Amino acid sequence: MHESAVAQSVLESILAEAEKHNARPKSARISCGQFNALNDEAMQVAFEAAAMDTPCQGMKLAIDHKPLRTLCKSCGQSFDYDIYSGVCTGCGGENIVFEADAPLLLEEIELEQDTPNESDAAKKDPRQE
Amino acid sequence: MKVMLRKKILDKNEQAALQNRGFFSKSGLLCINMISSPGSGKTTLLARTIQDLASKLRIGVIEGDIKTDTDARKIRAAGAPAFQIETEGACHLSAQQIKDALKELPCAKLDVIVIENVGNLVCPSDFDLGEGVRVVVLSVPEGDDKPRKYPGSFSKADVVLVNKIDLLEHVEFDLDKVKRDIRRLNPDGEILQVSARTGQGMQDWYQWLRERKEQSA
Repeated sequence: MHESAVAQSVLESILAEAEKHNARPKSARISCGQFNALNDEAMQVAFEAAAMDTPCQGMKLAIDHKPLRTLCKSCGQSFDYDIYSGVCTGCGGENIVFEADAPLLLEEIELEQDTPNESDAAKKDPRQE
Repeated sequence: MKVMLRKKILDKNEQAALQNRGFFSKSGLLCINMISSPGSGKTTLLARTIQDLASKLRIGVIEGDIKTDTDARKIRAAGAPAFQIETEGACHLSAQQIKDALKELPCAKLDVIVIENVGNLVCPSDFDLGEGVRVVVLSVPEGDDKPRKYPGSFSKADVVLVNKIDLLEHVEFDLDKVKRDIRRLNPDGEILQVSARTGQGMQDWYQWLRERKEQSA
Protein backbone atom coordinates (compact mmCIF):
# COMPACT_ATOMS: atom_id res chain seq x y z
CA MET A 1 0.00 0.00 0.00
CA HIS A 2 2.02 2.94 -1.29
CA GLU A 3 -0.73 5.25 0.00
CA SER A 4 0.76 5.09 3.50
CA ALA A 5 4.11 6.44 2.25
CA VAL A 6 2.29 9.16 0.32
CA ALA A 7 0.15 10.02 3.38
CA GLN A 8 3.20 10.27 5.66
CA SER A 9 4.95 12.61 3.25
CA VAL A 10 1.85 14.81 2.79
CA LEU A 11 1.41 14.99 6.55
CA GLU A 12 5.00 16.10 7.14
CA SER A 13 4.65 18.88 4.54
CA ILE A 14 1.37 20.12 6.02
CA LEU A 15 2.74 20.15 9.56
CA ALA A 16 5.78 22.10 8.42
CA GLU A 17 3.61 24.71 6.64
CA ALA A 18 1.23 25.01 9.58
CA GLU A 19 4.14 25.63 11.93
CA LYS A 20 5.67 28.18 9.56
CA HIS A 21 2.42 30.17 9.46
CA ASN A 22 1.56 29.45 13.09
CA ALA A 23 -1.85 28.22 11.97
CA ARG A 24 -4.09 25.17 12.15
CA PRO A 25 -4.42 22.96 9.05
CA LYS A 26 -8.01 22.76 7.88
CA SER A 27 -7.93 21.06 4.48
CA ALA A 28 -5.50 20.07 1.74
CA ARG A 29 -5.67 19.07 -1.90
CA ILE A 30 -3.31 16.68 -3.62
CA SER A 31 -3.23 15.71 -7.27
CA CYS A 32 -1.98 12.60 -9.04
CA GLY A 33 -1.59 11.08 -12.46
CA GLN A 34 -3.23 7.93 -13.77
CA PHE A 35 -0.18 5.69 -13.41
CA ASN A 36 0.20 6.59 -9.72
CA ALA A 37 -2.72 4.20 -9.12
CA LEU A 38 -3.71 6.13 -6.01
CA ASN A 39 -6.87 4.71 -4.51
CA ASP A 40 -9.10 7.32 -2.85
CA GLU A 41 -10.39 5.16 -0.05
CA ALA A 42 -6.97 3.73 0.83
CA MET A 43 -5.51 7.24 0.69
CA GLN A 44 -8.15 8.63 3.08
CA VAL A 45 -7.66 5.76 5.53
CA ALA A 46 -3.87 6.11 5.36
CA PHE A 47 -4.03 9.86 5.89
CA GLU A 48 -6.45 9.55 8.80
CA ALA A 49 -4.13 7.03 10.44
CA ALA A 50 -1.05 9.19 9.88
CA ALA A 51 -2.82 12.34 11.12
CA MET A 52 -4.02 10.81 14.36
CA ASP A 53 -2.88 12.74 17.44
CA THR A 54 -1.33 15.50 15.30
CA PRO A 55 -2.73 18.96 14.47
CA CYS A 56 -3.88 17.40 11.17
CA GLN A 57 -6.34 15.05 12.86
CA GLY A 58 -9.79 15.49 11.35
CA MET A 59 -8.69 17.69 8.45
CA LYS A 60 -10.11 17.19 4.98
CA LEU A 61 -8.03 15.77 2.16
CA ALA A 62 -9.17 16.18 -1.45
CA ILE A 63 -7.66 14.00 -4.17
CA ASP A 64 -7.60 15.28 -7.72
CA HIS A 65 -6.97 12.66 -10.43
CA LYS A 66 -5.50 14.38 -13.47
CA PRO A 67 -6.49 12.87 -16.82
CA LEU A 68 -3.90 11.46 -19.21
CA ARG A 69 -4.29 13.18 -22.59
CA THR A 70 -3.83 10.74 -25.43
CA LEU A 71 -3.82 10.88 -29.21
CA CYS A 72 -5.00 8.06 -31.47
CA LYS A 73 -2.68 7.74 -34.45
CA SER A 74 -5.29 5.79 -36.41
CA CYS A 75 -8.31 8.12 -36.25
CA GLY A 76 -6.67 11.28 -34.92
CA GLN A 77 -8.97 11.61 -31.91
CA SER A 78 -7.60 13.25 -28.77
CA PHE A 79 -9.05 11.78 -25.58
CA ASP A 80 -8.50 11.05 -21.86
CA TYR A 81 -6.84 7.66 -21.66
CA ASP A 82 -8.20 4.91 -19.45
CA ILE A 83 -5.02 3.02 -18.54
CA TYR A 84 -7.05 -0.08 -17.74
CA SER A 85 -8.89 -0.13 -21.06
CA GLY A 86 -6.00 0.68 -23.33
CA VAL A 87 -7.84 1.49 -26.53
CA CYS A 88 -8.99 4.61 -28.36
CA THR A 89 -12.46 5.70 -27.27
CA GLY A 90 -13.25 6.71 -30.86
CA CYS A 91 -12.19 3.83 -33.10
CA GLY A 92 -11.14 1.16 -30.60
CA GLY A 93 -7.64 1.22 -32.10
CA GLU A 94 -4.48 0.48 -30.16
CA ASN A 95 -2.08 2.74 -32.02
CA ILE A 96 -1.98 5.54 -29.46
CA VAL A 97 0.52 7.92 -27.91
CA PHE A 98 0.00 9.55 -24.55
CA GLU A 99 1.40 12.73 -23.05
CA ALA A 100 3.45 12.73 -19.84
CA ASP A 101 1.41 11.58 -16.85
CA ALA A 102 0.73 14.16 -14.12
CA PRO A 103 3.09 14.07 -11.12
CA LEU A 104 2.09 13.39 -7.53
CA LEU A 105 1.71 16.87 -6.02
CA LEU A 106 0.62 18.52 -2.81
CA GLU A 107 -1.30 21.35 -4.50
CA GLU A 108 -2.55 23.55 -1.68
CA ILE A 109 -3.32 23.71 1.99
CA GLU A 110 -5.99 25.71 3.76
CA LEU A 111 -4.88 27.01 7.13
CA GLU A 112 -6.84 28.62 9.90
CA GLN A 113 -5.08 31.27 11.93
CA ASP A 114 -5.44 30.72 15.64
CA THR A 115 -7.60 33.56 16.86
CA PRO A 116 -7.05 33.92 20.62
CA ASN A 117 -6.57 37.68 20.15
CA GLU A 118 -9.98 38.15 18.53
CA SER A 119 -11.78 36.23 21.23
CA ASP A 120 -9.80 38.12 23.89
CA ALA A 121 -10.84 41.34 22.20
CA ALA A 122 -14.45 40.19 22.10
CA LYS A 123 -14.37 39.49 25.82
CA LYS A 124 -12.99 42.95 26.44
CA ASP A 125 -15.73 44.60 24.37
CA PRO A 126 -17.21 47.09 26.85
CA ARG A 127 -20.73 46.51 25.47
CA GLN A 128 -20.53 42.92 26.69
CA GLU A 129 -19.34 43.81 30.15
CA MET B 1 -5.82 31.29 4.43
CA LYS B 2 -4.85 29.23 1.38
CA VAL B 3 -1.24 28.28 0.77
CA MET B 4 -0.44 27.21 -2.81
CA LEU B 5 2.40 24.72 -2.74
CA ARG B 6 2.46 22.48 -5.83
CA LYS B 7 5.14 20.48 -4.05
CA LYS B 8 6.26 17.05 -5.19
CA ILE B 9 4.92 14.64 -2.60
CA LEU B 10 7.72 12.10 -3.01
CA ASP B 11 10.33 14.86 -3.00
CA LYS B 12 12.42 13.31 -0.23
CA ASN B 13 12.62 10.03 -2.13
CA GLU B 14 13.51 11.84 -5.34
CA GLN B 15 16.32 13.73 -3.61
CA ALA B 16 17.81 10.48 -2.32
CA ALA B 17 17.34 8.89 -5.76
CA LEU B 18 19.25 11.77 -7.33
CA GLN B 19 22.13 11.21 -4.90
CA ASN B 20 22.16 7.48 -5.69
CA ARG B 21 22.16 8.21 -9.42
CA GLY B 22 25.14 10.53 -8.93
CA PHE B 23 26.98 7.81 -7.01
CA PHE B 24 26.33 5.18 -9.70
CA SER B 25 27.44 7.53 -12.43
CA LYS B 26 30.63 8.53 -10.59
CA SER B 27 31.48 4.88 -9.84
CA GLY B 28 30.68 3.64 -13.36
CA LEU B 29 28.10 1.24 -11.94
CA LEU B 30 24.99 0.11 -13.80
CA CYS B 31 22.11 -0.10 -11.33
CA ILE B 32 19.08 -2.24 -12.10
CA ASN B 33 15.75 -2.00 -10.27
CA MET B 34 13.99 -5.33 -10.70
CA ILE B 35 10.24 -5.32 -10.14
CA SER B 36 7.67 -8.13 -10.33
CA SER B 37 4.91 -9.87 -8.44
CA PRO B 38 5.92 -12.45 -5.80
CA GLY B 39 6.95 -15.79 -7.26
CA SER B 40 7.86 -14.63 -10.76
CA GLY B 41 11.33 -16.13 -10.37
CA LYS B 42 13.40 -12.96 -9.88
CA THR B 43 15.85 -14.55 -7.47
CA THR B 44 16.35 -17.71 -9.57
CA LEU B 45 16.84 -15.57 -12.67
CA LEU B 46 19.35 -13.43 -10.85
CA ALA B 47 21.25 -16.40 -9.40
CA ARG B 48 21.59 -17.94 -12.86
CA THR B 49 22.68 -14.63 -14.35
CA ILE B 50 25.37 -14.25 -11.68
CA GLN B 51 26.70 -17.76 -12.33
CA ASP B 52 26.59 -17.58 -16.13
CA LEU B 53 28.26 -14.16 -16.26
CA ALA B 54 30.74 -14.83 -13.43
CA SER B 55 33.78 -14.25 -15.69
CA LYS B 56 32.28 -11.20 -17.46
CA LEU B 57 30.34 -9.05 -15.00
CA ARG B 58 30.81 -8.53 -11.29
CA ILE B 59 27.29 -8.27 -9.90
CA GLY B 60 26.23 -7.23 -6.39
CA VAL B 61 22.67 -7.50 -5.13
CA ILE B 62 20.43 -5.58 -2.75
CA GLU B 63 17.51 -7.77 -1.75
CA GLY B 64 14.22 -6.30 -0.59
CA ASP B 65 11.72 -8.45 1.26
CA ILE B 66 9.15 -7.86 3.93
CA LYS B 67 10.85 -10.51 6.06
CA THR B 68 13.63 -13.16 5.94
CA ASP B 69 17.08 -13.18 4.37
CA THR B 70 16.29 -16.25 2.25
CA ASP B 71 16.95 -14.43 -1.03
CA ALA B 72 20.24 -12.88 0.04
CA ARG B 73 21.49 -16.32 1.05
CA LYS B 74 20.51 -17.73 -2.38
CA ILE B 75 22.42 -14.93 -4.10
CA ARG B 76 25.53 -15.47 -1.93
CA ALA B 77 25.34 -19.19 -2.72
CA ALA B 78 25.41 -18.22 -6.41
CA GLY B 79 28.67 -16.37 -5.76
CA ALA B 80 27.73 -12.69 -5.47
CA PRO B 81 27.79 -10.28 -2.53
CA ALA B 82 24.29 -9.51 -1.30
CA PHE B 83 22.73 -7.26 1.31
CA GLN B 84 19.22 -7.99 2.58
CA ILE B 85 16.77 -5.21 3.44
CA GLU B 86 13.86 -6.42 5.54
CA THR B 87 11.11 -3.82 5.21
CA GLU B 88 9.03 -5.20 8.13
CA GLY B 89 5.78 -4.68 6.28
CA ALA B 90 6.53 -1.91 3.79
CA CYS B 91 5.55 -2.92 0.26
CA HIS B 92 8.34 -1.19 -1.67
CA LEU B 93 11.94 -0.03 -1.30
CA SER B 94 12.82 3.65 -0.95
CA ALA B 95 15.84 5.49 -2.33
CA GLN B 96 17.10 6.20 1.20
CA GLN B 97 17.13 2.47 2.00
CA ILE B 98 19.24 1.90 -1.12
CA LYS B 99 21.58 4.74 -0.16
CA ASP B 100 22.18 3.07 3.20
CA ALA B 101 22.47 -0.43 1.71
CA LEU B 102 25.15 0.68 -0.77
CA LYS B 103 27.52 1.15 2.18
CA GLU B 104 27.20 -2.57 2.89
CA LEU B 105 28.33 -3.72 -0.56
CA PRO B 106 31.90 -3.73 -1.99
CA CYS B 107 30.86 -1.24 -4.71
CA ALA B 108 34.41 -0.49 -5.89
CA LYS B 109 34.77 -4.13 -6.93
CA LEU B 110 31.47 -4.33 -8.84
CA ASP B 111 30.19 -3.55 -12.35
CA VAL B 112 26.48 -3.97 -11.79
CA ILE B 113 24.18 -3.55 -8.79
CA VAL B 114 20.83 -5.26 -8.96
CA ILE B 115 18.08 -4.21 -6.58
CA GLU B 116 15.52 -6.97 -6.24
CA ASN B 117 12.48 -5.00 -5.10
CA VAL B 118 9.75 -6.32 -2.81
CA GLY B 119 7.47 -8.65 -4.81
CA ASN B 120 4.65 -6.29 -5.78
CA LEU B 121 3.51 -4.89 -9.14
CA VAL B 122 1.84 -1.77 -7.72
CA CYS B 123 3.78 0.10 -5.04
CA PRO B 124 7.44 -0.04 -6.18
CA SER B 125 6.50 1.64 -9.46
CA ASP B 126 6.30 5.19 -8.03
CA PHE B 127 9.58 5.05 -6.12
CA ASP B 128 12.64 6.01 -8.13
CA LEU B 129 15.68 4.39 -6.53
CA GLY B 130 18.22 6.14 -8.72
CA GLU B 131 18.56 3.14 -11.02
CA GLY B 132 19.81 3.37 -14.59
CA VAL B 133 17.59 0.56 -15.82
CA ARG B 134 14.24 -0.78 -14.75
CA VAL B 135 13.50 -4.46 -15.35
CA VAL B 136 10.02 -5.93 -14.93
CA VAL B 137 9.69 -9.71 -14.72
CA LEU B 138 6.41 -11.36 -15.69
CA SER B 139 6.19 -15.15 -15.42
CA VAL B 140 3.95 -17.21 -17.67
CA PRO B 141 1.91 -18.95 -14.91
CA GLU B 142 0.82 -15.55 -13.53
CA GLY B 143 -1.39 -15.07 -16.57
CA ASP B 144 -1.43 -12.86 -19.64
CA ASP B 145 -3.67 -10.19 -18.05
CA LYS B 146 -0.91 -8.64 -15.91
CA PRO B 147 0.18 -5.74 -18.19
CA ARG B 148 -3.44 -4.60 -18.37
CA LYS B 149 -3.97 -4.90 -14.63
CA TYR B 150 -0.71 -3.21 -13.61
CA PRO B 151 -0.06 -0.60 -16.30
CA GLY B 152 2.03 1.62 -13.99
CA SER B 153 4.82 -0.92 -13.63
CA PHE B 154 4.86 -2.06 -17.24
CA SER B 155 4.79 1.47 -18.62
CA LYS B 156 8.11 2.33 -16.96
CA ALA B 157 10.10 -0.82 -17.82
CA ASP B 158 13.22 -0.60 -19.98
CA VAL B 159 12.93 -4.34 -20.50
CA VAL B 160 10.22 -6.87 -19.64
CA LEU B 161 11.49 -10.39 -19.08
CA VAL B 162 8.73 -12.92 -19.75
CA ASN B 163 10.06 -15.69 -17.51
CA LYS B 164 9.19 -19.41 -17.21
CA ILE B 165 8.64 -19.43 -20.97
CA ASP B 166 9.23 -23.22 -20.84
CA LEU B 167 5.77 -23.51 -19.23
CA LEU B 168 4.02 -21.86 -22.19
CA GLU B 169 2.61 -25.14 -23.49
CA HIS B 170 1.16 -26.08 -20.10
CA VAL B 171 -0.85 -22.96 -19.26
CA GLU B 172 -3.17 -20.57 -21.05
CA PHE B 173 -1.01 -17.59 -21.86
CA ASP B 174 -1.39 -15.54 -25.03
CA LEU B 175 2.13 -14.25 -25.67
CA ASP B 176 1.06 -12.04 -28.59
CA LYS B 177 -1.58 -10.35 -26.45
CA VAL B 178 0.98 -9.69 -23.70
CA LYS B 179 3.40 -8.17 -26.19
CA ARG B 180 0.65 -6.01 -27.68
CA ASP B 181 -0.49 -4.79 -24.25
CA ILE B 182 3.08 -3.93 -23.19
CA ARG B 183 3.86 -2.18 -26.50
CA ARG B 184 0.80 0.02 -26.13
CA LEU B 185 1.86 1.19 -22.66
CA ASN B 186 5.52 1.28 -23.48
CA PRO B 187 6.45 1.47 -27.18
CA ASP B 188 10.21 1.68 -26.52
CA GLY B 189 10.57 -1.11 -23.95
CA GLU B 190 12.31 -4.34 -24.92
CA ILE B 191 10.48 -7.65 -24.41
CA LEU B 192 12.56 -10.80 -23.96
CA GLN B 193 11.37 -14.37 -23.45
CA VAL B 194 13.45 -16.36 -20.99
CA SER B 195 13.49 -19.39 -18.76
CA ALA B 196 15.84 -19.15 -15.81
CA ARG B 197 15.29 -22.89 -15.27
CA THR B 198 16.12 -24.26 -18.74
CA GLY B 199 18.32 -21.35 -19.86
CA GLN B 200 16.14 -20.65 -22.90
CA GLY B 201 16.52 -17.06 -24.10
CA MET B 202 18.95 -16.18 -21.30
CA GLN B 203 21.70 -15.30 -23.82
CA ASP B 204 19.48 -12.52 -25.22
CA TRP B 205 19.10 -11.12 -21.70
CA TYR B 206 22.86 -11.28 -21.08
CA GLN B 207 23.51 -9.53 -24.37
CA TRP B 208 21.03 -6.78 -23.47
CA LEU B 209 22.59 -6.44 -20.01
CA ARG B 210 26.15 -6.19 -21.35
CA GLU B 211 25.12 -3.59 -23.92
CA ARG B 212 23.49 -1.49 -21.22
CA LYS B 213 26.56 -1.85 -19.03
CA GLU B 214 28.77 -0.59 -21.88
CA GLN B 215 26.46 2.36 -22.46
CA SER B 216 26.60 3.32 -18.77
CA ALA B 217 30.40 3.14 -18.53
